[in-house]
Amino acid sequence: MSLRIVVTVKYVPDATGDRGFADDLTLDRDDVDGLLSELDEYAVEQALQISENSDDDVEITVLTVGPEDAKDALRKALSMGADKAIHVEDDDLHGTDAIGTSLVLAKAIEKAGYDLVVSGMASTDGTAGIVPALVAERLGVPQVTLLSEVAVADGKVTGRRDGDTASEQLEASLPAVVSVTDQSGEARYPSFKGIMAAKKKPVEAWDLSDLDIEAEEVGLEGAWTKVASADERPARTAGTIVKDEGEGGKQLAEFLAGQKFI
Amino acid sequence: MAEVLVFVDHVDGAVRKPTLELLTLARRIGDPVAVALGNGAADTAAALAEHGAVKVLTHEAAEYADYLVVPKVDALQAAYDAVSPAAVLVPSSAEGKEIAARLALRIGSGIITDAVDLEAGDGGPVATQSVFAASYTTKSTISKGTPVITVKPNSAAVEPAAAAGAVEALNVSFSEQATGTKVTSRTARESTGRPDLTEAAIVVSGGRGVNGAENFSVIEALADSLGAAVGASRAAVDAGWYPHSNQVGQTGKSVSPQLYIASGISGAIQHRAGMQTSKTIVAINKDAEAPIFDLVDYGVVGDLFDVVPALTEEVKTRKG
Repeated sequence: MSLRIVVTVKYVPDATGDRGFADDLTLDRDDVDGLLSELDEYAVEQALQISENSDDDVEITVLTVGPEDAKDALRKALSMGADKAIHVEDDDLHGTDAIGTSLVLAKAIEKAGYDLVVSGMASTDGTAGIVPALVAERLGVPQVTLLSEVAVADGKVTGRRDGDTASEQLEASLPAVVSVTDQSGEARYPSFKGIMAAKKKPVEAWDLSDLDIEAEEVGLEGAWTKVASADERPARTAGTIVKDEGEGGKQLAEFLAGQKFI
Repeated sequence: MAEVLVFVDHVDGAVRKPTLELLTLARRIGDPVAVALGNGAADTAAALAEHGAVKVLTHEAAEYADYLVVPKVDALQAAYDAVSPAAVLVPSSAEGKEIAARLALRIGSGIITDAVDLEAGDGGPVATQSVFAASYTTKSTISKGTPVITVKPNSAAVEPAAAAGAVEALNVSFSEQATGTKVTSRTARESTGRPDLTEAAIVVSGGRGVNGAENFSVIEALADSLGAAVGASRAAVDAGWYPHSNQVGQTGKSVSPQLYIASGISGAIQHRAGMQTSKTIVAINKDAEAPIFDLVDYGVVGDLFDVVPALTEEVKTRKG
């Protein structure tokens, strides 16, 4: 038996940098460093753990849709231990929204061949968290999303989803789309050996024509949503800051009472 | 006026507050038609009618509880087909966003998630979002199909407005995918008696400075004196001091209360992403250089174990 896992990852602007918008109101990728989305590291980690806990022959492919630099995200995942990578890159992809991204991912996942798709719970830039559900809808396979625990055995995926009002145990047959939260388990650091090995691992480059997708279906022009304006939030006016010299609690109570919170 | 579908989030017939907020926003763009599914669906009608629902479409079936997400997508699609609405609004819970996304794909429409405001525009509804850890505010529209928009809790005040609220049974036939992901067991979250974190008007949060699970009682005591929800930073959650369900931040809950009190929290970007849109922000921290102080309306530089109990006592005294 063999198990083919595709891990979808995103190359995102570093959240500790100054993130902003370009003139066309798409993400400004020039003025801030990019990296593998932290939440996708958990997806790579869970794929590796599924592989380590499996008696089957497991192949882990990392897949990204993004610009040239997005290769950095793939390299990171490969150095953690993934076997190979696919990079979908095309100038016509600039400005693609979640619906369009799910189209590209679904077509690429089908072309790659899969039994299980593992994603992070959301990207750290867009943060919508809807792409795994969209990919499942497009592939017509079960979504087993937002898992804090995941396991694969006997052609089934099981996991725990912690919601607002309840914690649920889920089960679905493969093939399936899984997404994992930051509670699923700390992601490993790439070892020196892993980093060296990653340099030799294959990275396939696909463009839209490889996936039979027309340019009009994706990109800024093809986007299903339009950003009309993006304004930097005005800096907060400097607040009052006091040093506690025994009266800090009282002073704070005074402030809260003044604001009618007490 | 055009009809607007509103997906109802309820627990056994008790409508959760974000849905009532959604009805207020829905009235700006049309006549709300509510869709309530699952156990107790019909019991939601009275509350929905009091908040402007002209019609309540209901359907009860075991599938909604027994399988994940897709049965609800099938039902919302049935409602969409029955009503042909001008927009579809869904509360921005994790599940709500997944339902909305799959519906949008099926009906060939664009989707906007986590809106914090909504207004009528010439080309359809205009949604405001707060992005990049709330450092930017964007306004967006849907360019294809019927707008599907999810709205975050606390985005509008709940405004009662009496409407007919006529209950109609919705006709739903489940798709092949509906039974794909089975819910094999469900454990209800134990009630703390405190308000829900995302819905609360006041949130009191603790971070690394709380220094131990046992010390969270200090945070809880302040929260209880104010009738507030309790939040925790990722550092506190990762250390195992407080449950992940209470985590405020990029990978936890995003909150936007009237008052947010951060105790022993430095204010890293991860945390700011989840609380920066709070109306009034207060921080207590020993480190005068902590970045949280850049955000505050009022900050106290001091030991939280001195300041928080003193504040709690003062609140109790003032409330009598």
